[in-house]
Amino acid sequence: MSDIFPKWTNWLPLKIAVGAVLVGTAATAGSWYYLTPKYSNVGYQPVQPVAFSHAIHAGQLGMDCRYCHSAVEKSWYSNIPTASTCMNCHNQVLKDDPKLALVRESAATGKPIPWVQIHKVPDYVYFNHSVHVNRGVSCVECHGRIDKMDEVRQVEPLSMTFCLDCHRHPEKHLRPPDKITDLGWQVDPKTQKQNGEKFKHDWKVQSSQNCSACHR
Amino acid sequence: MRYFLLILALTVVTIMGVAGKRGSLSRQPPIEIFPDMDRQPKLRPQEPNAFFADGKSSREHPAGTVAHAAPLMVNGQAVYPHEDAPVNTGKITGTTNFVETNPFPVTETLMARGQQRYQINCLPCHGPQADGNGITKKLGMGVVANLQEKRFVTMTDGEVFHTISNGKNLMGSYAANVTVPDRWAIVAYLRALQLSKLATLNDVPAEMQSKLKK
Ligand code: HEC
Ligand code: HEC
Ligand code: HEC
Ligand code: HEC
Ligand code: HEC
Ligand code: HEC
Repeated sequence: MSDIFPKWTNWLPLKIAVGAVLVGTAATAGSWYYLTPKYSNVGYQPVQPVAFSHAIHAGQLGMDCRYCHSAVEKSWYSNIPTASTCMNCHNQVLKDDPKLALVRESAATGKPIPWVQIHKVPDYVYFNHSVHVNRGVSCVECHGRIDKMDEVRQVEPLSMTFCLDCHRHPEKHLRPPDKITDLGWQVDPKTQKQNGEKFKHDWKVQSSQNCSACHR
Repeated sequence: MRYFLLILALTVVTIMGVAGKRGSLSRQPPIEIFPDMDRQPKLRPQEPNAFFADGKSSREHPAGTVAHAAPLMVNGQAVYPHEDAPVNTGKITGTTNFVETNPFPVTETLMARGQQRYQINCLPCHGPQADGNGITKKLGMGVVANLQEKRFVTMTDGEVFHTISNGKNLMGSYAANVTVPDRWAIVAYLRALQLSKLATLNDVPAEMQSKLKK
């Protein structure tokens, strides 16, 4: 009878248990690392139809974001500028450059430039730019150093945790209203706590954590 | 067991090799893992939409129409956007003559707003002093008006407003980017910039003059 199960099978239950633990750990670690917006959204950098560079326009030329994204303080939506906004300068600067052919065509015919949208929250999330930028939340908190990017890419996950981390402690992020579009402005850790608390109190900041604030 | 470990290690390495690190650049749009209700068939601004002939989801005003909007309060009077009033056109009602002065009372808040809006919208070309030496001058903008010239200093407020609203020659229209009250705020601030260059010592209050003489 002793030969029906060879000796090595004594180890089988243990081996199966160890194997299951290993596979389980790998699967958990993998989904924790890969199946969140931190992996799936961050770093998205599509090829744009025109090689427009924020590093040149916002960085080098020092243009304010609101020259182009002019609705950002007034509406939930931050608009992409029309081609006629570009033509304000490019009717003289790089007038015949082939890189701008699409812009000239769009300004002449009214056919929109097919820019690819990068930052996108799901449609069941209600987001609003104006509440944030009028209450001392800078573009840099959610979009990173756009003024250093030749091509825009997403640097923050824009996940629910990301939103809530700030909504729980907004005082760490609030800054003076005239520094909203100054992306290089450094938060001074010494005065930030005091300033943040002051802004939060003075402006009656209520960054809601109710589900219905963002899912309405 | 050895084979099992080998296969496990290979799987992990392959997944990591294909999927890469967090935050690595990707030209492909993010994968929506559970796409339930992520993208709903509703219109979002500036997105392509095949329903309309021109393919734009953001509709434009039909030519010659004005949005029915809340009125502007000018000196306590309500003025609607469609009215032929100096605030809206920069011209005296019923004529083509430009109004001499700003219809809004020039206050400190109007000035502060004007400064901010000037710095956003005009500074890249006309420069901080309005002398036409903005940053773009060095980079290919050949013609930019020097707004400190006599012609512009004596120009009526209404005509400057009209230029911002409709553009002039090589300068484009800023009507889409700058609201009507903001345009008047910019006009007020531009006047202050011009005054700052033209002022003589006698324009400074007496008690401040001694400070400046030093
Ligand atoms: C305030 C004026 C201004 C506006 C508005 C403006 N640009 Fe430019 N643009 C410039 C200047 C100045 C340069 C740099 C020229 C140089 O470096 O010689 C430039 C360069 C460029 C280039 C060439 C970049 C390269 O790699 O050489 C492109 C493409 C471009 N702009 C696209 C756009 C688009 C698209 C818009 C509208 C969204 C726009 N610009 C709006 C002033 C402007
Ligand atoms: C000269 C006009 C101009 C200026 C100034 C400008 N932008 Fe943009 N911005 C654009 C255009 C055009 C696009 C679309 C093309 C692209 O994504 O590169 C864009 C795209 C973006 C996007 C990505 C949009 C998406 O699809 O998700 C962000 C974020 C952004 N801009 C933020 C900023 C910030 C912050 C500033 C100020 C530091 C700024 N922009 C200044 C013209 C401008
Ligand atoms: C609190 C976070 C936050 C701040 C602050 C913020 N944004 Fe955004 N932005 C977002 C989110 C989220 C989206 C995606 C919205 C959507 O799904 O349409 C977005 C989208 C955009 C877009 C693309 C719009 C489109 O549909 O193509 C532009 C352009 C933009 N932001 C510019 C700005 C500028 C300029 C500022 C600063 C004045 C700014 N944002 C500040 C979170 C933020
Ligand atoms: C860096 C800080 C910060 C981040 C990140 C942030 N928020 Fe906010 N949010 C605020 C503050 C501060 C307010 C309060 C503004 C006020 O009191 O008017 C606010 C208010 C709001 C409101 C208005 C709430 C109401 O009561 O009407 C909505 C909606 C909102 N945020 C959505 C979002 C979403 C969605 C995200 C993530 C994409 C996000 N926020 C990320 C700081 C932030
Ligand atoms: C500050 C804004 C904010 C608040 C408050 C908020 N959410 Fe969210 N929620 C988001 C955002 C942003 C996403 C989208 C994340 C993503 O891109 O996958 C989301 C996604 C979700 C999802 C879908 C997750 C998925 O991947 O399918 C659920 C479910 C959800 N939220 C439930 C809730 C509940 C329940 C509450 C109240 C306790 C709540 N949310 C409060 C911003 C918010
Ligand atoms: C993209 C560059 C640019 C920007 C930004 C700009 N301008 Fe101009 N502006 C010009 C140019 C170029 C001219 C010269 C037009 C010509 O004579 O061909 C001009 C001319 C003018 C004139 C004189 C028009 C005349 O009667 O000859 C006024 C007034 C003026 N600008 C005011 C403004 C104001 C106010 C702003 C801010 C809202 C502004 N500009 C923003 C480029 C610009």
